[in-house]
Amino acid sequence: MPIVEIKNVSFGYDPARPVLRDINLAIAPGAVVGIMGQSGCGKTTLLRIIMGAYLPSRGEARVLGRATSSLDTAALYEMRRRMGMLFQFGALFTDMSVYENVAFPLREHCRLPASLEHDLVMLKLQAVGLRGAAHLMPTELSGGMARRVALARSIALDPQLILYDEPFTGLDPISFGVIVRLIRSLNDLLGATSIIVTHDVQEALDVVDYVYFMAGGRVIAEGRPDDIRSSPEPFVNQFVNGRPDGPVPFHYTAPAYAADLELA
Amino acid sequence: MNRSMIDLWVGIFVTVGFAALIFLALKVGNLASFSTDQTYSVHAKFANIGGLKVRGPVKSAGVVVGRVADIRFDNESYEAIVSMNLDSGYQFPRDTTAKILTSGILGEQYVGLEAGGDGVMLKHGDRVRLTQSAVVLENLISQFLFNKAAEAKEPAK
Amino acid sequence: MEFAGFRSRLERLGGTVTSQVWRIGFASRFLVYLVLHSGTALRRFRLTVAQVYFAGVLSLVIILVSGLFVGMVLALQGYETLQRFGASESLGVLVALSLVRELGPVVAGLLFASRAGSAITAEIGLMKATEQISAMEMMAVDPIARVVAPRFWGGVISMPLLAALFSAAGIFGGYLVGVQLIGVDAGAFWSQMQAAVDVRNDILNGVIKSLVFGIAVTWISVFEGYDAIPTAEGVSRATTRTVVTSSLAILALDFVLTALMFTGGNH
Repeated sequence: MPIVEIKNVSFGYDPARPVLRDINLAIAPGAVVGIMGQSGCGKTTLLRIIMGAYLPSRGEARVLGRATSSLDTAALYEMRRRMGMLFQFGALFTDMSVYENVAFPLREHCRLPASLEHDLVMLKLQAVGLRGAAHLMPTELSGGMARRVALARSIALDPQLILYDEPFTGLDPISFGVIVRLIRSLNDLLGATSIIVTHDVQEALDVVDYVYFMAGGRVIAEGRPDDIRSSPEPFVNQFVNGRPDGPVPFHYTAPAYAADLELA
Repeated sequence: MNRSMIDLWVGIFVTVGFAALIFLALKVGNLASFSTDQTYSVHAKFANIGGLKVRGPVKSAGVVVGRVADIRFDNESYEAIVSMNLDSGYQFPRDTTAKILTSGILGEQYVGLEAGGDGVMLKHGDRVRLTQSAVVLENLISQFLFNKAAEAKEPAK
Repeated sequence: MEFAGFRSRLERLGGTVTSQVWRIGFASRFLVYLVLHSGTALRRFRLTVAQVYFAGVLSLVIILVSGLFVGMVLALQGYETLQRFGASESLGVLVALSLVRELGPVVAGLLFASRAGSAITAEIGLMKATEQISAMEMMAVDPIARVVAPRFWGGVISMPLLAALFSAAGIFGGYLVGVQLIGVDAGAFWSQMQAAVDVRNDILNGVIKSLVFGIAVTWISVFEGYDAIPTAEGVSRATTRTVVTSSLAILALDFVLTALMFTGGNH
């Protein structure tokens, strides 16, 4: 029973310009899955559809066993309590300390005695290695640390599904390595399923179990990391190996060079 | 700024704010002087009420004893009917005179009550029979001119 | 050629008007939703109390100082004119009525809009731009109930108190200048004021005005923040719009309320 099933989903913010065209995806429980592609290929939009923030114009998105279009607000919130999401730059609440940020989901959804809440928050912070930073404010954290706190916050309620929106953006190599390892270890520790949207190919291929490649709103390739690395598909080849020219051209469309220089 | 400090400051703010409101009501306004709980209503007819307004004061011997409640026009007698709410603590005889007077020379107009000598007091709903209308400036001027003209004629007699 | 340009400008004007009308409708639905979902703000009163601090307490200094100065200027200017008619003893009446009926609610409202209103808009706008609002939604917490409603009620509670404080400070300023500086008789100052200022008609109406202004300003502030385009430029534009729209709303509502409340006559 897949945790997430995307069946023939099409979507566009503006009905005249579709961002997703007939996407099909199935994500097995316990897997770490990567969704990769160029900027603007629709991967963040796909994540929003999985989140339930938008409904597909065509097709069906089934998350945690229910179709997102069948959910009313209460049911949607109930579904989201079983999910966690890490936003691109963390999205920590700037008026609260690290402790209060991680405690936020616990305080909003459960009524726990202070000592139990304290222990849970410390548990989550320990898992990301930031138990000593509990008293700091988000403005005092480096980018990598903020990302880790946000990760601790997203697993506060022990979610079944964790979504990562470009989690490696702007990180130094050490923080990068930390996040990569955390994604894997937390997924296995919690028995959860993770979906990573990213364009950091090499590192992601090291940690995921399965990859979907998107371009122009479609899935153009999928498979295990080794299959992708050796894929004959020209776009995948260009992307994985970082070649400057290929199906995605180097030169933006322009008139003839000689004509521009007024030679011919 | 931790929670207890915020609570403290908000508490101070709300207290001081309410204190300002109470200050305004008591020291600045007239809450302490006249409260409208026990009143009885009388009315009076005037040929001309001048600039008298609803909620204007009703005074006797210069002290506020009531408020003008309502001003209407009687289409039968072509006079103004003024209803007043008087403080129940003050009783006036039935032959009290109601006059429309002006505060100072150019001030607002009010109803002045001059008590008569009758033993029976006005009750709720009674009518004050003796009235004097407001002084209208144009009438005053024309009267003055008329008197002047009459004076000018007299020596000729 | 010129006609085509004129026509397109007319079309754009029409488009702007319709989009503004649409926006007012959207803002109204936002207000209704906000009020209906105020349960959290009222049950967890700590949240609202924190917002009363940010909107009210932090505006205290500017309100009190401005009130003091306005009162002092009223006394100076008022004395100049009144003494020409030999009515300088009515200075207290002039200062008190001007403040309680008009200047207290209006000027305090304008100051509140520029200080607290713009801060609220910027804060909510920035939360939107940094995806904090989306993060909250993802954690199954309604951001309007958790973030917007406490700020709304905090502003509505603060505004009448600030207006009263403004008027009180102004009357004190008027007393300082009128009695202490210029030499108007203190007894006449206070007694004539007490005789002329009516609790129900003047003070209560002033409180009602400040309540209405508080609702209008805070509504505009939270809406502009929530509706801001989530970029730096979008937030800055929203903040400016808050101050401008709030100020215009205060002045327009002041006219309507004054006409309803204070026009005399034998009614």
